[in-house]
Amino acid sequence: MGVITIYHFLTVAAILFALGIFVVSTRRNVIAILMGIELILNAANINFVAFSRYGTGKIDGEIFAIFVIILAAAEAVVGMSIVLMLFRRYSHIDATNLDELKQ
Amino acid sequence: MIDVLFYFIAAVTVMGALFVAFSGNIVHSAFGLMASMLGVAGLYGYMSADFLMISQLVIYVGGIIILVLFAVMFTGDIRNINESNKSINLLWSIPFISAILGMIIAAESKVGFTTSMTSLHNSPTTEKIGNALLGKYILPFEIISLLLFAVLLGAVYVARKHKEDVR
Repeated sequence: MGVITIYHFLTVAAILFALGIFVVSTRRNVIAILMGIELILNAANINFVAFSRYGTGKIDGEIFAIFVIILAAAEAVVGMSIVLMLFRRYSHIDATNLDELKQ
Repeated sequence: MIDVLFYFIAAVTVMGALFVAFSGNIVHSAFGLMASMLGVAGLYGYMSADFLMISQLVIYVGGIIILVLFAVMFTGDIRNINESNKSINLLWSIPFISAILGMIIAAESKVGFTTSMTSLHNSPTTEKIGNALLGKYILPFEIISLLLFAVLLGAVYVARKHKEDVR
């Protein structure tokens, strides 16, 4: 076990980031893709706070994390409203079948 | 003792994320995301970032997860598991994300970061964050309030009932 260093937090964040990329690249449901984006943003946030805590001791990393949380909330709201509109128009939210721009 | 607590929180976070990634049912994925966000809040608490921990709880667990669950319930046939949470490209993406993970961890281990927490450990951060937001970071703070206003209007505009869609 031993003392917890910054590398422990960075490893957890890296695992979250990799799983988020996995979700974004494999899921077909648009809502699941948005969940993957949330995982990626949280991984970035863990890194911000860890560098803020283990670095110079300034508060700037946490301020950046707050802005990221606000942007994630905004992105979730707009994304979910777009998903609802897609469902109303196409009756499904399968990302592989939403390819009108390719035709 | 305190390091056992870290491993417990990290396990909750990673298990939740694994649930999001590999669960076949999208409602289970949403609850896995909730566990993961709670774990991230715990990690903030472990790093004594108290304000961020509460923000994470209020915004993510109380707001975004509920929004995701609403969207899940409103769209699609959630009882039909094969339709609701299908995956593609599973074969090549597992080596792909393993490569990403290995690269990130290898790159980070090459850099000599400071490994001990700085001395502001255990002091509350709310006062410092408030002073920074209304001092050094006043411009981004105002811009992001404008962004929230635009998001409010935009979400209502996008999700409202269009006349030509009513059947």
